[in-house]
Amino acid sequence: MNLSRRRTLALGAAAAIFLPRIGWADATTDAIAEFTGGADLTEGGALKLTAPEIAENGNTVPIEVDAPGAEAILILATGNPNPDVGTFHFGPLSGAQMASTRIRLAGTQDVVAVAKMADGTFQRASQEVKVTIGGCGG
Amino acid sequence: MISRRDFLQAGLATSALWGLSATGNWGRLAAQQSLTQDGLIGAPRAGDVTVVHVTDIHAQTQPIWFREPSINLGVGQVEGKPPHITGPEFRAAYGIEQGSALDYALTYQDFVALGREYGRMGGLDRIATVVRAIRDQAPGAILLDGGDTWQGSLPSLRTNGGDMVRLFNALGVEAMTSHWEFTLGIDRVTEIVENELGCPFLGANIFDAMWDEPAYEPMTRFERNGTQVAVIGQAFPYLPIANPSWMFPDLSFGVRAERMAEVVEEARAGGAEVVVVLSHNGFDVDRKLAAEVPGIDVILTGHTHDALPEPVRVGDTHLIASGSHGKFVSRVDLDVADGRVGEVRHRLIPIFADVIAPDPEMAALVSETRAPFADEMAEVIGQTDSLLYRRGNFNGTWDDLICQALLTERDAEIALSPGFRWGASVMPGQDITREDIFNATAMSYPAAYRTEMTGDMLKIVLEDVADNLFNPDPYYQQGGDMVRVGGLGYRIDIAAEQGSRLSDLTMLSTGEPIDPSRSYVIAGWASVNEGTEGPPIWDVVESHIRNQGTVSVPENTTVALKAG
Repeated sequence: MNLSRRRTLALGAAAAIFLPRIGWADATTDAIAEFTGGADLTEGGALKLTAPEIAENGNTVPIEVDAPGAEAILILATGNPNPDVGTFHFGPLSGAQMASTRIRLAGTQDVVAVAKMADGTFQRASQEVKVTIGGCGG
Repeated sequence: MISRRDFLQAGLATSALWGLSATGNWGRLAAQQSLTQDGLIGAPRAGDVTVVHVTDIHAQTQPIWFREPSINLGVGQVEGKPPHITGPEFRAAYGIEQGSALDYALTYQDFVALGREYGRMGGLDRIATVVRAIRDQAPGAILLDGGDTWQGSLPSLRTNGGDMVRLFNALGVEAMTSHWEFTLGIDRVTEIVENELGCPFLGANIFDAMWDEPAYEPMTRFERNGTQVAVIGQAFPYLPIANPSWMFPDLSFGVRAERMAEVVEEARAGGAEVVVVLSHNGFDVDRKLAAEVPGIDVILTGHTHDALPEPVRVGDTHLIASGSHGKFVSRVDLDVADGRVGEVRHRLIPIFADVIAPDPEMAALVSETRAPFADEMAEVIGQTDSLLYRRGNFNGTWDDLICQALLTERDAEIALSPGFRWGASVMPGQDITREDIFNATAMSYPAAYRTEMTGDMLKIVLEDVADNLFNPDPYYQQGGDMVRVGGLGYRIDIAAEQGSRLSDLTMLSTGEPIDPSRSYVIAGWASVNEGTEGPPIWDVVESHIRNQGTVSVPENTTVALKAG
């Protein structure tokens, strides 16, 4: 618990997210609305979001999205100052509608994925990823 | 499942004695007469497959004292469920008589008095006797080690785990998984796995961090009595967070439930009729994993050091908890018919060191590994008036003593000691030897640092650790216990949200509230950060005990648990 400057800064960021979270949640809502055009979202469909429960390093968190039949998948880090991570587009010749990348998380937060399916419907999946200072195992 | 009847043989024998005794304080002779080696080992009907499990031995080769926790809280759905019960609740749940041998082995009450009656537990030479007896009854019994084997004693520290590798090879372990093993550093782990280890080193959830590809063998297969068995290893998921990731920078862990599901499917597709997961997840994580991943017959749990006399069942999966520090060996017998597991019989065998005879070959080998350090370990540093123990969610007397040592020897206002669950107990009136100190501190990043931290930061650190312990979702828990504090008091509401569990942080020396903006001098040890400086913690503790002569650790009342 001898905190390095880097970890200390990360902590500061983690602490700061508790208050302005509501504001950023709005940014997330806006980004989703823009992507879906206001259409309804269903949960628990073909869209699968894989992310670690606890990030081993908040600066590079591996995530994967997989949505057979999707045209595009939007990824948002709801607790980052700017929640927009990116959108993957899949053309008709894509062998699989799957992508993996690494993202930076400012603190513990929900990562959200929204998939636009070929039939024009939208699916949503989310997972909380904890960014911790770590500690003391058994 | 007839485990309760099997297990209670020893308990019934002593409870009969209890009825005859006016004080409940029968002599050691009587206690030993009621417990026999054959009675403890038992002779359950051998299954088509017999599995023997030891875990979290933390390099303890000698019989030891080990007091179980008085507080071991569960949150959310597991509140009040095993293993989150202690003392009277534990006895009631399993029909254990107060004051019986099993009460002594499994709970905390009257530990000192009962310990004097029943004696030490564990010892690798006794475990070898039990393993040999089981293999005589059930040839081909598969011996599995859940990890945390190579760390926790002076000889293991000095030999970088080499002593334990040698001893567990001799014991005949057939597969293992890991946690503290990696704190030897990746180069040493690789050296052991490639050149010294006599069994597969399994970890389905250990991946290469760069390429996200499996880094170790996920499983190994056995054939026993014509039955196909797959054993899948699952290492501690939070190694890079709970332990120094710079010691194994290229590895990534995590629960990876989907990966486990894939490996289970692969095992079944390959013809496995029995699927055993050898896990270092921790009990609550395994309970959730069992509910999420179909097709696992048995999970041999580890990490959280729980010992349970019966399996916990989740669907068709049996969760076995075999304790720690060599106190127990679990035997699981599985009947298999038509490619499926039928009856499962389980027996938690308590290793009473005065009842089970040492295996001479293992005793000799253990002595050999200890010989180079025998004089160093035997040196008496001081005495204790109090029972020194570690287990408990918020404090234990060993850590209280370590915190006192940090405060005085490092001239700090507040001390922090990590919530480790390993470390043998020391009985009151006993000498404290150097070996005792190393049993509670031996590890590869021991620097006792001294730093400054604002009150605000201190609270953030404590809240973060509290969430790692009390998050209602087990996948967000890391196991271990709350960081222990010296010089500081606080209240905690474990059911609150992260960031608001702790309140009333108080400097004990002045009685004043912790000022969020003031800087405090903090001493601690076992930082996960690279380059941490300070003397090794065992030197700090040794110096403190020498200065005290006889240590006395009062009951700790500085952490108040907020009800409801």
